[in-house]
This record gives sequence, structure tokens and C-alpha cells, in this order.
Amino acid sequence: MELAFFIEKFLLVTIVFVISLVIAMYSTLAERKVAGFMQDRFGPDRAGPFGILQPLCDGGKFFFKEEIIPAGAHKSLFILGPTIAIITACIGSAVIPWGQELVIGERVIELQVADINVGVLYMFGVVALSVYGIMLGGWASNNKFSLMGAVRAASQSISYELALGLSLIALLMVTQSLSLKEIVVQQQGFVNWNIWVQPLGFLIFLVCAFAECNRVPFDLPECETELIGGYNVEYSSMKLGLYMFAEYIHMFVSSALMSALYFGGYNFPFMYDLGLSQNWITIIGVLAFFAKIFVFIFFFMWIRWTLPRFRYDQLMNLGWKMLIPLAIANIVLTGIITIIKDTFF
Amino acid sequence: MSVFYFVAFLSIFFALMTIFTKNPVHSVLYLVITFFTFTVHYILLNAQFLAVVNFIVYMGAIMVLFLFVLMLLNLNKDTEPLKSNLVKFMSVIAGMCLLVTLAGSFRVLESSEPIVLKNPDIGLVSNLGKVLFSDFLLPFEISSILLLTAMVGAVLLAKNDPKKI
Repeated sequence: MELAFFIEKFLLVTIVFVISLVIAMYSTLAERKVAGFMQDRFGPDRAGPFGILQPLCDGGKFFFKEEIIPAGAHKSLFILGPTIAIITACIGSAVIPWGQELVIGERVIELQVADINVGVLYMFGVVALSVYGIMLGGWASNNKFSLMGAVRAASQSISYELALGLSLIALLMVTQSLSLKEIVVQQQGFVNWNIWVQPLGFLIFLVCAFAECNRVPFDLPECETELIGGYNVEYSSMKLGLYMFAEYIHMFVSSALMSALYFGGYNFPFMYDLGLSQNWITIIGVLAFFAKIFVFIFFFMWIRWTLPRFRYDQLMNLGWKMLIPLAIANIVLTGIITIIKDTFF
Repeated sequence: MSVFYFVAFLSIFFALMTIFTKNPVHSVLYLVITFFTFTVHYILLNAQFLAVVNFIVYMGAIMVLFLFVLMLLNLNKDTEPLKSNLVKFMSVIAGMCLLVTLAGSFRVLESSEPIVLKNPDIGLVSNLGKVLFSDFLLPFEISSILLLTAMVGAVLLAKNDPKKI
């Protein structure tokens, strides 16, 4: 029993890890394809049919490039920076429920690595930790532009974490649970999705997710028109690759989180009305979950090629003077509605 | 139990490293690891909520701000103020006094029986919330007012004086 449990979790972790990496890899291709689509051109199409081998070529190139550690850089922290970035990006997916349980013979396999009862807060902690990778890398490079990028990343991340947390509080007031599994189970069907009760909270969460992933229009830490390349100016070869990978994995994990928190996770409409067996419901549920994730990833890219970058003071004003008051108003509103519901209905 | 001793050893080790490293950025990073070991302690005590909040607040927010300030200051050997021997001598004496006081206070305390909690799940979120908002409502609200005061004070200090501009 104990060994089987261990093997089961180990397999699950490996699969989730591989899927995150593959999705991150193909996000790089998808990003350029989407850019091509938006700008009415082809995008990369030379390596393999439709350019599907492009990520492999890029990865291979990353590995074989010369690795440079600048003379003035702080060597150990310079290496630690991308390491932390990729680790914090990968551990976030541990609490996401990918599907219901699979029944194979006697065994019931939960498609979630860890169902801890503070799952939402765990995600929040991981997000909070991810800024260390950028900060340390930027500082250790011993380059003024990198430092600027690192400082921007830190202040942006702290500012938007507040609004992110406040928007989550309103959601938690509705769900009454911090466990991601329970939150997803509550959203069975289509009308129970949290987006219908928390539209404003979702909007704030979405904006903050963009900021936490350092995506356009909030990519100030790597704003190439002002900072050359931001915190990763001095990085070359696979270390730069890891930073980019970390960003795409963040995008994947936050898409998964948004679909799990607000869009019903693996739930799909009419899931119990079709007369399917449990295993089929689970498999279709996982596919539905990934479909939602891909829609969000496309949305991330869509925004990237649509909106220009914010100026720095605009970014701070948006965070502190717009999103935080809105999030607090959302909490108050949610509280009032909950009380009215409890007393009158 | 052995896990506790191992984590406790790590906590003390990294706390000492925080003090003894010369480079301020290293010092902050060791402090981050020290806080992480505290998180592990809380998990060992079955206080998941406290563990995760410690993780978010200390490691995720406060230490990031520490690091942020250090990066802006860019401390290094050239700018480090040299302390005179008198100051060093006085700090050694002050430290010794603190050590004696702590050692004395611990000697007086008798080692108590290990406390067994009536409800081992008290650290889980819902139980903790119920206790905080019923039995400990007043202290909880007072501490929140304390935090609010600190926040207002910080805003007041950071505010520009309009006359000076």
C-alpha cells in the first residue's frame, strides 16, 4: 500500500512536470505563431511541418551556446537566480487538481499531487517566492540595467500581490474553503462556476496574474526599450533559457489556477447527464481542464500582441490606486451580499 | 522527534550564518532560509495555516523588501562604516549581559511536562478562525489596530511635505 502510493504520486509528479515543460516549450512556438497570426504573417514554419520542431531547435541552441559568467558578477548568486526561478515555477503545480479520480481495478487514483487544506495560500506563497529568482539574478549580474530590472520586478511583484490576495479573499468568502480540490468540486456543472458570482474579483485576479508573470503590458522588469533586456541582460545559454522557461511555466500554472478557481477546473457542462462511466468523466474532465488552460494561454498571448507596455508610474497607479480599492470594494460587496442571502433566503 | 532536532539544528545553523556572514545580501538570504525552517517547524506542529502565512509574509514579502533596500543601497566593503574599538568593546559587553540574562531566565524555568493539545487540529484554518473570532476577539482586534497605526505612521512618514517643494 505504502509503496504503491509512493509510486503513484511519483508517476503523477513526473507526468505533471513533463507536461509543464512540454507546454512551456510549445508556448514559445505558440507565442510566435500567435504573433504571426495577429500581424498577418506566417511565424516560424521552417523546422518541421508548421514549425513544430522549432522549440527543439531553440532548446538545442540554448544548450550549446557559450555560457558566460561576467567577471564582476557574484558567481554563486548568479547561478542561484535562474535555479530559483525554475524551481518556484515548477512547484506551483503541486496543488492543482487536474481531474477527478481514476479507478483502475481496486485502486482509486486522485489526479492531484497534494490536497493540502491551505492550497490557495500555498499557491500564493509560491508566487511570492518566485520574485527571488529575478531579484537575485538581476543583482548578481553586477550591471546597472539588470539591477533596475530586478528592483522593478520586486516592487511590481509586491504591489500586485496585495491586490491578488485581496481579490482571492472575496473568492474565499464565497467558497468557504482554502482547498483547491474542494473549490473545484463546488463548481460542478456550468451555473456554479465562480466567475458568475465573482466577475470583478476575476478581473482583478487576471490583471494581477499578468503582472506576476511579468507579461506584457506589465513586463517592466525586462523592458527592452529602456533596460536592454532587464534583469537577464548578462545571462546567456541555458540560464537565459531557464528564465524564459520559468516565465512560460508561470503562465501555464496561473492559467491552470484561474481555470480551477473561477472556471470550474475539470468540470464541464452536463458531466453526469451523459451516462458516462467514472473513468470517462475523469478523462474528459482533464481534457476540458486543459482546453480551458489553453484558452487562457492564448489570451495571455493575445494581450501581448494587442496592448502596449505601461509606463512605470502608470503601473504603480493602477496597482495601488485602482486595483486595491476595487478589490476592497469587492470584498465589502461580497460580504453584504452573503449576509443578505443568509438572512433573507 | 529526530526530524525536529534536525530542523532545529538547521534553524540555529542558518541563524548563526545570518550573523557571521560579511556580505549583507548573503545575510538576508540566510535569514530567508531560517524563516523557511520555521515554516517546517510549524508544519511539524500541525499548524498549516501559520506555516503558510509565515511563508508568505516573512519569506515572500518582508524579506523581499529587505533585499530590495539592500540592492538600492548597494553596500560593499568600501562604503562599510568602520566601527571604533570602543564601540566593539561596548557591544561585546552588552551582548554578554544579554546572554547572562537569558541563561539566568532559562535556569529558573523548570522543564514542564510536554503539553498535549486537546484538539490536535487546532492549527487548521477553520478551527483557528473560530478561536480567533470568538475566544480571542479582543486581542485580535487590538493587534489589528496596532497594525493599522503602524501603517498610518508609515504613510505619514513617507508623505511629502508640501511646503518644502
